[in-house]
Amino acid sequence: MGSNGIKDRVAIIGVGCVPFTEHWEKSLDDLIIDGAKATYASAGISQDEVDAFWFGTSQSAASGLAMGGPLKIHGKPISRVENYCATGSEAMRQAAYAVASGAYDVVMALGAEKVKDGGYQGLNAFPIPTDGTQRTLTAAAMFAMILPAYAEKYGLDVDEIRYAVAKIAEKNHFNGARNPLAQFRRETSAEQICQMAAVAGRLSVFDCAGVADGAAGVIMCRAEDALEYCDDPLYIKALSFVAGTGAGSLDPDYDYTTLSECKWSADDAYAQAGITDPRNEIAVAGVHDCFTPTELVLMEDLGFSNPGDAWRDVLNGDFNLDGRLPVNTDGGLKSFGHPVGASGLRMLYEIWLQLRGQAPKERTIADNGRSLGLTHNLGGYPGEMVSFVGIYGTELG
Amino acid sequence: MRGIIATGTHLPHRRLDRAAVAAFFGKGGGTGTRTVASFDEDTTTMGAEAARAAVASATGVDVDALWFATASPAYLEKTNASAIHATLRLDASVPAFDFGGAHRSGTGALRTALEAGPTTLVVASDSRDGLATSADESQGGDGAAALLIGDDTAGPVLAEFVGGASVTDEFLERWRVPGGDRSRTWEERFGEVVYAPLMEQAWTAALADTGLVADDIHTLVVVGTHARAVARNVGKLGVAAERIGNDLSESVGNTGTAHPLLVLAAAIETAGPGEAIAIMALADGVDVLVVRTTEAIGSYTPARPVASQIAGGAPIDYAKFLSWRGMVAIEPPNRPLPNRPSAAAAHRRDDWKFGFVGSRDRSSGMVHLPPARVSEKGGAVDDMDEVPMADVHGTVVSFTVDKLVYSPSPPVVFAVVDFDGGGRVPLELTDVDADEVEVGMRVEPTFRRLFTADEIHNYFWKVRPVRGADR
Repeated sequence: MGSNGIKDRVAIIGVGCVPFTEHWEKSLDDLIIDGAKATYASAGISQDEVDAFWFGTSQSAASGLAMGGPLKIHGKPISRVENYCATGSEAMRQAAYAVASGAYDVVMALGAEKVKDGGYQGLNAFPIPTDGTQRTLTAAAMFAMILPAYAEKYGLDVDEIRYAVAKIAEKNHFNGARNPLAQFRRETSAEQICQMAAVAGRLSVFDCAGVADGAAGVIMCRAEDALEYCDDPLYIKALSFVAGTGAGSLDPDYDYTTLSECKWSADDAYAQAGITDPRNEIAVAGVHDCFTPTELVLMEDLGFSNPGDAWRDVLNGDFNLDGRLPVNTDGGLKSFGHPVGASGLRMLYEIWLQLRGQAPKERTIADNGRSLGLTHNLGGYPGEMVSFVGIYGTELG
Repeated sequence: MRGIIATGTHLPHRRLDRAAVAAFFGKGGGTGTRTVASFDEDTTTMGAEAARAAVASATGVDVDALWFATASPAYLEKTNASAIHATLRLDASVPAFDFGGAHRSGTGALRTALEAGPTTLVVASDSRDGLATSADESQGGDGAAALLIGDDTAGPVLAEFVGGASVTDEFLERWRVPGGDRSRTWEERFGEVVYAPLMEQAWTAALADTGLVADDIHTLVVVGTHARAVARNVGKLGVAAERIGNDLSESVGNTGTAHPLLVLAAAIETAGPGEAIAIMALADGVDVLVVRTTEAIGSYTPARPVASQIAGGAPIDYAKFLSWRGMVAIEPPNRPLPNRPSAAAAHRRDDWKFGFVGSRDRSSGMVHLPPARVSEKGGAVDDMDEVPMADVHGTVVSFTVDKLVYSPSPPVVFAVVDFDGGGRVPLELTDVDADEVEVGMRVEPTFRRLFTADEIHNYFWKVRPVRGADR
């Protein structure tokens, strides 16, 4: 028994991503088609060369038909995947395992979400008949609970923490401003964000992920076949996934200053990849900054900061483009936007660009002598979430 | 001996200063305050809170029947008493009946229970509305009262039923058609004149029935929605002015169906032993009920006394009052309306949804809210005991104010609550101002209506701060 991982058995040979924005003129089908086109182009292969498909969407459609119909995929398997906001990463994980098992030679995972047809601001859950006792808070309000809890645990003034998380938004907007695919391309300052009206706890709208439509995809094959398709593939070093039990809403031991599922999935991923010192082995990371406090505590849960230190490291600029471990160099959910089913693969797109030296010059990270990238994608709320961690490298071994 | 074994009342936390009406509209209102049901309360939830207080005041007494009366039912056709029955976790063999429609149904249910029968919890609840500036708006009140009625074999009787009288007359003084948003009344003088002889007749008959004379009455409280008929005629009954009890009109307002029970509860809670208390209620006739307190009153401690609830409470501004009553429609957050709960899913979880019952794992002792079959700690399967949580206090360990989510009255204040003795659940905080919430605040469960969707009222529990006035 064990989580053995599939280190170096599967290669990424193409990643594509469409601009994330309010695509009033594009349907879900358009996003699927444009996302697939970009992904095929990146891999330099045609749709016919793909043997099996995984389609991730949280709420925009159901079943493999939603992908097969618009792309006219004939006679091939298409699995529709859903796992909250980690849907895109989950689609990629399932596809990677299918290659690793030997079942298929070439696979594609595509994530797409059409969020803006709903008519409401923010993301909305689809209705499942219940007894009516379930909590109906927004995700923003749930994640807002981190701030007072974190301040209390580490004896900090809540205003200090509030400013630190605003610096995270400032950083991600700075990076997004240098990304032509991002939804929000305007820089903003932590001071401006702190002055905005609170909508959930201490959080303002600028502490929340952008709500955008979008699609992103990845094509993978066996590692030993990779060079047939691509001169500089990425190799999957680790894929980890943890689904919680909702313990945080049940167990008085949970204190809202950590995301346990994220820590567990990170630990598992590091073990799979053989990483013992993540902050000095990871070159760049894309993490799930759905709300600014999320990114703060993720720095600790992913091992990038010591517990209680993330706020100081953020203020120190450690995770900036020119910092010791750049995080969300593409703007993150905050600035790139968050089309739920596509976000995990959008993160992978940035890792694909950065590790292979293809990121636009204005947001290229400094060569820190490391060759590993990490994506972290979660779904749910503090205390009740799913978490994915993937690690990718340019070299085998 | 048969009589009242326990009292339980519920006065909503919010109070409208009647002067606010004239300050806004230039007319209407008056002096004093009225109680205002929260946006998440209705006659069923208020009745449930009063019923819980009565049951908590009579530890060890079994309720054999539950009667519920209101002129403002949350549902028609469907019984509302069954929801109260579920919050009290009464056995399925205990009948729950609604007495509805007329204000007089509260007094009628009480009288019927006092005369004979099983140990009966009589619950009356009402919410009084009127158009802005109307007398009903300012003189009405919201609240509920529950009286546990039984023989002294069931439990110590605080106030023995001595007797009474009812006089009935058909006349059109106050009326409302089903679905109507306000009540109509005939010209005021008519009621004043019609009620006068009815009051006298009922009073004379009640004294004859009880074998008492007016001087034997320690406290008489006269209530009625026709305030002028009460005020002009009460002096004609031969009871000294100092023995006319407080009708709570200055602080609570007239709570309609609930009011005779409410003032009776208030009178009993402040009485000494051996006092004759008479309640006279004007509604399509006149009812008089006379009780006499016993020695048991000396050791009686109500769980939520009327007096402390009156002393507590917090103001509500008139704008919010108007929005809560649906008199002014406020722009809601631009979020989807909640979905209706599933009747089947709700029924499977009656114990949780209405009874607030969790489960405790026998091996680890961990409390699971909602109840679970598999333990979070240790993974034991189907090895749990029920844990009733409705009367357990808790502490806020974290909270958030959500201005984005749909609510009938934004913003939503949500708290993660750790209950004494184990158990955590995130719940909405109610009867609270967002800026008074803090980590460490002590809270207690309260039964509320979360929202209404597709004409289905979604009932569940929230928490409210434990106020100093409550035990």
